[in-house]
Amino acid sequence: MQATTTTKDYKQQLAKLQPLIALFVLCAIISLLSDKFLTVTNVWNVMRQISVNICISTGMTLVVLMAGIDLSVGSILALGGAITAGLLKNGVEFSSFNLYMGFTILGACLAGILVGSVLGWFNGWTITRFKVPPFVATLAMLTIARGLTMLWTKGFPITGLESNFSYLGTGWFLGIPLPVWISGVVVIAAILVTNKTKIGRYIYAIGGNENAARLSGININRVKIAVYTIAGALAAVGGLIVTSRLDAAQPNAGVGYELDSIAAVVIGGTSLSGGRGTILGTVLGAVIIGVLNNGLVLLNVSPFWQQVVKGLVILAAVIIDKANNKGE
Amino acid sequence: MLIADNISKSFSGVTALDKVCLELHAGKVNAIIGENGAGKSTLMKILSGVYTDYEGQIIFKGEPVRFKNTKDAQAKGIAIIHQELNLVPHLSVTENIFLGSEITTPFGLLDKKAMRQKTQELLTRLKLDVSPDAMVADLKVGQQQVVEIAKALLYNAEAIIMDEPTSAIGDKEVKVLFDIITGLKDEGKVIVYISHKLDELFTIADRYSVLRDGKFIESGEMKGIGHDGLIQKMVGREIILAQKNGQKAAAGELLAVSELSLLKEGSKDTKLLKDVSFNLHRGEVLGIFGLMGAGRTELLETIFGLHANEATGSISINRKKHQFSSPADAIKAGIALVPEDRKKDGLVLGLNVKQNISITTLHNLQTGGMLDDGKEASLAGKYIGDLRIKTSSQKQLVKNLSGGNQQKIVLAKWLATKPSVLMLDEPTRGIDIHAKTEIYKLIMQLADGGMGIIVVSSEMPEILAIADRILVMCEGCITAELSTDEATEDKILSEAIPKTNH
Repeated sequence: MQATTTTKDYKQQLAKLQPLIALFVLCAIISLLSDKFLTVTNVWNVMRQISVNICISTGMTLVVLMAGIDLSVGSILALGGAITAGLLKNGVEFSSFNLYMGFTILGACLAGILVGSVLGWFNGWTITRFKVPPFVATLAMLTIARGLTMLWTKGFPITGLESNFSYLGTGWFLGIPLPVWISGVVVIAAILVTNKTKIGRYIYAIGGNENAARLSGININRVKIAVYTIAGALAAVGGLIVTSRLDAAQPNAGVGYELDSIAAVVIGGTSLSGGRGTILGTVLGAVIIGVLNNGLVLLNVSPFWQQVVKGLVILAAVIIDKANNKGE
Repeated sequence: MLIADNISKSFSGVTALDKVCLELHAGKVNAIIGENGAGKSTLMKILSGVYTDYEGQIIFKGEPVRFKNTKDAQAKGIAIIHQELNLVPHLSVTENIFLGSEITTPFGLLDKKAMRQKTQELLTRLKLDVSPDAMVADLKVGQQQVVEIAKALLYNAEAIIMDEPTSAIGDKEVKVLFDIITGLKDEGKVIVYISHKLDELFTIADRYSVLRDGKFIESGEMKGIGHDGLIQKMVGREIILAQKNGQKAAAGELLAVSELSLLKEGSKDTKLLKDVSFNLHRGEVLGIFGLMGAGRTELLETIFGLHANEATGSISINRKKHQFSSPADAIKAGIALVPEDRKKDGLVLGLNVKQNISITTLHNLQTGGMLDDGKEASLAGKYIGDLRIKTSSQKQLVKNLSGGNQQKIVLAKWLATKPSVLMLDEPTRGIDIHAKTEIYKLIMQLADGGMGIIVVSSEMPEILAIADRILVMCEGCITAELSTDEATEDKILSEAIPKTNH
C-alpha cells in the first residue's frame, strides 16, 4: 500500500486546489459577462458581505470538524446584534433601584458577544450533559434565540444607533474595510487554533474517532462545550457587523444564515462526518458563495434562480468531494 | 472445485497478487494462510466478485467464470462471509436472510409466510435455535455468523469463503461453527477458510495453501505438516517465539484492585464484575484469560476509569488509593490501556502516524501554548524507531498501515505516557505471526524494565507463553489464579467455563 502514497498525495493536493480553481473559473466567467464585477468598489463590497459569513462559518467549521452541527448561528447572530443595539441605545434601567446603566460601544459589543457565548455554551452543555444530538439541541436553540430576540426587540427594529457604531460595519482601516479586518483576525486565530494547538488537535481527534479520543484521556465534553461556545461567540460577532452595517438591529436578521454557513463549510471540503477539513477551505467556500451571489445579482438573474443555482453548486461540491475521497 | 488460474492483481502499480495458481477442493476445508499483506484478502475478494479488474481467470466447476459483481458471484454459487458481518441489526433473521431476494406474492407484496418457513428450514439445518422473527441485534455474535451462513445457503452457494470467522466469538461458539462447517463439507461444498489462529486450522482444515508476498508458495494436506512447518512456510524463515526469562521474584506490589464490582449500565442488579480482587507486581506480566462475556474487557475498562458511575471497590497504585472518574485520571496515575479493537477505540484513522502517537502527551509537546512540531516529530521518530513501525513517513495516515503496525502505534501512544501499569486487551488480535512475535518481545522487555503488565487474551497459547501468573475469569468473577508452572490448557479452560450449579 505504501508505494501508492505518492500518487495519492498528489491527488489529495490536487483535490485541495479544486475549490480554488472553481473560484477562479467562476470569477473569470462573471467578469466576462459583466464589466461591473472586477471593479474596486464591487470587490470590496463582496468582501464586506462575505465577512459575516466567514465569521459564522469559522465557528461552524470547528463544530463540523467534531462531527457536530450548529443550526442556531443565525438566531444567535440576531440576538447578539439586538442586545448590543439595545444596550447602546437604551442602556439598562433598574427602575426599582432608580438605577440606570449606560453602555459604551465597546461595552455593548462585549455584552452582545457574551450573550452569544452563553447561548453557545448552553448548546454544548445540553449536547454533552444530556447527550442531545447536536442537530436537535441547536435546532431548539434556533427557536429559543429567535424568540429571545423578539422579546428583547418587541418585534421592532432597533434603529438610531450612535453614529460611531456604524464604523464597525462600514468603516475602513488602512484601505481595507473593517469587517474584512475582523473576519481576517478571526480566520487567522482559527487557523492557529486548528493547526497549532492542543485543542485544535483534539477537535480533529474527536471528529475522527470519539471513542479513541476519550480513551486517550481527552476531556471530550470540555472540548465540545468550548467549541460550541466559540461558535456562539463568533455568530454574535457576525451580528455586530450586520447591525452596524445596517445601522439597525432587525429582529429577523440572520434568518437562514446557518444554511449559507454550512454550505461554505461543505464546499470548502470539510466532511460532515467530522475529522477532516480546514478553515482555509471554509474561507474559500464562503468566498465562492459570496461571489456567486454577487455575480448572479450583477447578471440580473432572478432571485428565485439564484437559490436554485446555489443549491446545485452545493450538490456539485459534495459530489466532487466524495469522488476525491473514494477508495479511502 | 474452484481454481484460481494465474491470477495477478496490482493496486496503482504495486503488485498484490503475482500469478497465483490455487486449487480449492470440494468436500474439503481449504485453509488459506499467510501473513498480513500476503494477498489472502485480495484473492478472496477476486474469487467473490468484489474486485473485477484482474489478470488471469477463475475456473469454477470446470468452466472459466468472470463475475460482474458480488451479486453475480453469489448467483453462480460463491458466497463470502466477511470478518465484519453484513447484517442489518434492526431487522429480523428472516428479513436479513432474504434481504435483496425477497419472495413476493403475485400481487407484489412480501410473502412473509414463505420466507419465514424457508428461514426456519435453514435454521434447523444449521441447528441454530433462534426464532426466524428474532431481531439480529438481539443475537450473539456467533449466532449472527450462523445467520450469515444461512444467507449463503439460501443462494445455494457451492463455495463458501470465510474470512477470520472466529475472531469475535468464544470457544463454545467456535465449536458450533466447526460442526456446521463439517456438515457443509460433507455436503460436498468448497469451504475456504482464512484464519490467523493456526491451532484452529489443525482442528478444522483438511488442506492448506500458503501465500507469501502475493505469491503462491505451496499447498498440501494438513495431516502432513506441523505447527512450526506451517509458520516457516508463511514467513519463509525460521522464527523464534518469545521466550520468558524464567520466573521473576516478586518485586513489590504496584497495583492492587480490591472488591471491584461493576453494574451493567441502566441495571440495578446485573453485575458484570463481582468483587474482583487481585494485585500486580513490578516487572510482572499478569495474564487474564476468560471466555466471551467473562468480564475481561470490563475489568480493564473499569480500572481505566471508564465506568466510574457504575463501579464500586478500590484501586491502589503504590499503596495509594485512587478514585478514577475518567481515563484522564487513570492516565495521570500511570495507567495505560491498549484497547481490544484498535480501529474502534485505539486510533484516529484519519490522522497520521505522528498525530496518533502524540495524542496522549500533547501537553508536553507545547512551546508557548502552541504545539511544537519539532518536539512532536522527535517523539514520533523515537517510537517509530524503537518499535520498528513500518511507515513511509510520519505523515502517513494510519488507515494505510497494516494491522501489526497499527497496533504498534497504539502501543507507542501509550508508552509515550510513561505508564507504570500497561494493560493490553487482546494485543495480537488480527495481526500476523511476525508482528505478534515482536509484540511479545516488547512486552517482555517492558516488564524487565519494571513495568507491570496485564495481558487479557482469549488465545491460550499466547497467555501461556508470556504470562508470569494467570488469572482465569468467568461470569464476572476471578475463578482461579495459577502460576505458569501449574497452568495447563485443560486447567485454565475448566475454570473458565461457567458452571451451572452455583
